[in-house]
Amino acid sequence: MENNSPTTVSGKIPFWRDVRVLRVLFQGIFLLGVILLLAILYRNMLEGLRGLGLTLNFNFLQDEAGFDISEGPIAYDPSDTYLKAFCVGILNTLSISIIGIVCATLIGLLFGIARLSSNWLIRTIAAAYVECFRNIPLLLQIIFWYTAVVAQLPNVRESISLFGGAFINNRGIYLPSPEPTSSLKIWLWFLGAGLLLAVILYIVRWRQLQQLDRPGFPAKWALPAFLIVALCGWFLTPGRPFTLDLPALQGFNYQGGMRFTPEFSSLLIGLSIYTSAFIAEVVRSGIQSVVKGQREAARSVGLKEGQTLRLVVLPQAIPIIVPPLTSQYLNLAKNSSLATAVAFPDLFHVGDTMMNQTGQSIPVFAMIMVSYLVMSLTTSAAMNWYNRWITRIGR
Amino acid sequence: MEDQELTQEIKPPVSTKGPGRWLKENLFNTWYNTLLTCLALVFLFFAFKGFLTWAFTEAEWDVIPANFRLFMVGSYPKEQIWRVWNAIYILSVLMGLSAGLWGGLIFRFAVALSGVWFISALLPVELSTRGWCLGAIAMIAVSFFLGRGRTGLRPWILGGWILSFPVIMVVLRGFGENGVLTSNWGGLLLTLILAVVGIVVSFPLGVFLALCRQSNLPAIRWVSTTYIETVRGVPLITILFMGNVLIPIFMPGLDINQVLRMMIGITFFSAAYMAENVRGGLQGVPSGQHEAAQAVGLNYAQTTLFIVLPQALRSVIPAIVGQFIALFKDTSLVSIIGLIDLLGVAKSVIANPDWLGLQAEVYLFAAVIYFVFCYAMSYASQDIETDLGVGKH
Amino acid sequence: MAAQENALNDPIIICEDLHKWFDDFHVLKGITTSFQKGERAVICGPSGSGKSTFIRTLNRLEEHQRGTIIIDGVELTDDLRNINLIRQEVGMVFQQFNLFPHLTNLENITLGPIRVRKMAKSEAEAVALSLLERVDIADQAYKYPAEISGGQQQRVAIARALAMEPKIMLFDEPTSALDPEMISEVLDVMRELAHSGMTMLVVTHEMGFAREVADRIMFFDEGVVIEEAPPADFFDNPQHERTKLFISQTLQH
Repeated sequence: MENNSPTTVSGKIPFWRDVRVLRVLFQGIFLLGVILLLAILYRNMLEGLRGLGLTLNFNFLQDEAGFDISEGPIAYDPSDTYLKAFCVGILNTLSISIIGIVCATLIGLLFGIARLSSNWLIRTIAAAYVECFRNIPLLLQIIFWYTAVVAQLPNVRESISLFGGAFINNRGIYLPSPEPTSSLKIWLWFLGAGLLLAVILYIVRWRQLQQLDRPGFPAKWALPAFLIVALCGWFLTPGRPFTLDLPALQGFNYQGGMRFTPEFSSLLIGLSIYTSAFIAEVVRSGIQSVVKGQREAARSVGLKEGQTLRLVVLPQAIPIIVPPLTSQYLNLAKNSSLATAVAFPDLFHVGDTMMNQTGQSIPVFAMIMVSYLVMSLTTSAAMNWYNRWITRIGR
Repeated sequence: MEDQELTQEIKPPVSTKGPGRWLKENLFNTWYNTLLTCLALVFLFFAFKGFLTWAFTEAEWDVIPANFRLFMVGSYPKEQIWRVWNAIYILSVLMGLSAGLWGGLIFRFAVALSGVWFISALLPVELSTRGWCLGAIAMIAVSFFLGRGRTGLRPWILGGWILSFPVIMVVLRGFGENGVLTSNWGGLLLTLILAVVGIVVSFPLGVFLALCRQSNLPAIRWVSTTYIETVRGVPLITILFMGNVLIPIFMPGLDINQVLRMMIGITFFSAAYMAENVRGGLQGVPSGQHEAAQAVGLNYAQTTLFIVLPQALRSVIPAIVGQFIALFKDTSLVSIIGLIDLLGVAKSVIANPDWLGLQAEVYLFAAVIYFVFCYAMSYASQDIETDLGVGKH
Repeated sequence: MAAQENALNDPIIICEDLHKWFDDFHVLKGITTSFQKGERAVICGPSGSGKSTFIRTLNRLEEHQRGTIIIDGVELTDDLRNINLIRQEVGMVFQQFNLFPHLTNLENITLGPIRVRKMAKSEAEAVALSLLERVDIADQAYKYPAEISGGQQQRVAIARALAMEPKIMLFDEPTSALDPEMISEVLDVMRELAHSGMTMLVVTHEMGFAREVADRIMFFDEGVVIEEAPPADFFDNPQHERTKLFISQTLQH
């Protein structure tokens, strides 16, 4: 160590001591290991498939599915292809997820705010709700709603009737649905005009606020204007743009209106309630994390309670709430795969049926995984984008 | 006299909060709160009335005691039940010792557990079961007094906890044909085993994945990130189905039974979430710690082992408990595949013609068991969180 | 002055045309200098001038992208052996102390000797205790860093660096994170260290310390050394406008 000339000159380092070489080497060995593992699995898979007499391809997707799907947003017939059956599954997953997310958010917001209530009783009920539903497995809850509640509803003849238009029985929930009529077109013109007016008023008001250099709500004129035009249009249109299609008892079942099947209903109830308990916690902790000091500061500046909430608490709480909220949404979408327990034909259930019929488990698994991954990744990407946007305008 | 008066503390004025005052402040302080309170009371009245009427007049609770063994251990053979009790005793001894050594939370749990055994012994159960229950209380009590104050034992007990996992697995399984096949494990026992295996085995895997994801070598980071995000992006049920269907295809020749396949599926699933939890802890270790370790001359392995992990893992304990709760609930999904875990037992009891139409009773009972476990664990996790917050070195 | 004379034939640190970029930002723009065995150099300059980055490159906490660094005859390259050799010879003290919070003060100090120098535990502890004695906090050995004051923590950090028996000590703003009443206790330790003949490079704003202890003061601005001189010249006869401005601003405080 006591020599005074440099021990090495750059470029002449033995490779096993060179940090740069080691980095590349280490990664190479790691990748080699991973590839080797995958190769072994792939070889085993090919052998296994040969044993089962299957080949690995997606040709079967064009074959006739031959099984029925109990419900779906698009028309489907057993003579359609497997591909179409899978699409119905995807659409069912999307529809249960979206409706579930809306319901869970509303219920969750309600209980999250209730947990912060100054009323002890309300606070306690909300806490009991949250603790109760998030500590019981979702699958158990869904099965419970399906077998112990929905299936125990009265039969068609003894349906529970709500306001004479909605009916609940063990075959499902029947609600009146709006049916567009021929005069809908005329009303749509009114809506278009109203929208145009609203946009103009919005811009005018926005400009005015800018010139006055004062804070304000730029949609203050636009919103009422749109509503007035829409309302006028509703009454001026000859006939009504929509008629209500009421469900009515015909033969052994109700016809017409909207029907939620027992499977869909119990899955929706289970998913919404379970997720709402988590959303309530997200909302509560988000608002609570905007520390008391912030509120006190806002009050000391002289802001009123409503202004404090709108200008100080919410702008800080929302960016905190959004990321965990999104992950709850994703959880709900993924949990909708429990549909298979009540035989609701979602993506996973349809895929499972396809696997059983064709034996093509690997391609079907790949399709299922890719479908869920696309949903997850697009949602996360949207959330990241939103997060960047909100932190930028937050400053 | 004077001295005493001087040193006497001035107490705050006694708050004159009578029950009436409390009611007024917390329930009737504004007109809308009064309204809400009244509505809530009406709602509660009808809800409780409805539930209690059902529970005491309509519900047929006979189904629970008649199938109690099934709920607890599934089809675990009766003549081998001593294995389960031995496992419980091992845990009881460790718990008693820990309660004596550490006190606090563990002590409270030990007391609660003894209470549960005591109540079980009072219930109309077989004499042998009563004996086993009382034995468990004795185990906890004796080991509590043995462990009390002997702080030197602490590392040994920690080692004992870690070692207890494989030992209990062996005790429950036994050897060869004379033992109990894993396919006979069931009920709450199986639920607990699946969750514990999921957490314990996924822990080292998760730490490894997290370290890889934090690595500054891109290839390693990408592989790890791909794995974690793929697993987190799909539902557990797909992973379980894949375990069930694909393991025999990918690993031909290996005879892996369904319970093991579920364990593998749950472990791989859990590892991705564990990795994200651990990563949170790793990110919480300030960069100054890495720099200081480098400046002292530690290499990567030493820095990770002696500096980064001890700090990171400490801060993720509450998150891991949370993950354990989630996993405990998620194990119910194995009942879809066909395993007879707690939920699977509930389903099979309802399918039994003797107990038709008792869905509400059976599922409620299962729900209560799940709830008690989850709630106890989340209570523990809050306690740990405060402990870590206060005694943070 | 004595140091500078024998220095010419005995440089312990040689830097030649040192460059460093953070992405597109050119932090160090060709630093060429050398430090002699036993020299006490104080490095000052406005924040963002690259002074911290400079001393961090000397033990590879930052990688330099161009130029050469030779420390005690060992060139700092991608050679793992050289990096490890140099890190053992260069001790570093950080602004934020960076003690390991999960270890006691004693364990903080013994970690390096035991794990890197493979010293026996009892021996390492004896060394650590004597070092704690030297920085005057032997009574805090078995406490955790969070339980002692900032000044005490920084002294433990100095002891930790000294435990590796370094030939060179780097100080990166060691008193900047301290409450005013604790600065002097740390400076006292550094002063004592300086008198013992340790080679020291100190980034600091403590101009009193600089004037009293330093053999040389280097003034960094925008990644270059714009002035270096013995303290007397530096403070009383600064050459550059930037230096004059800096000195007048610093001395106001």
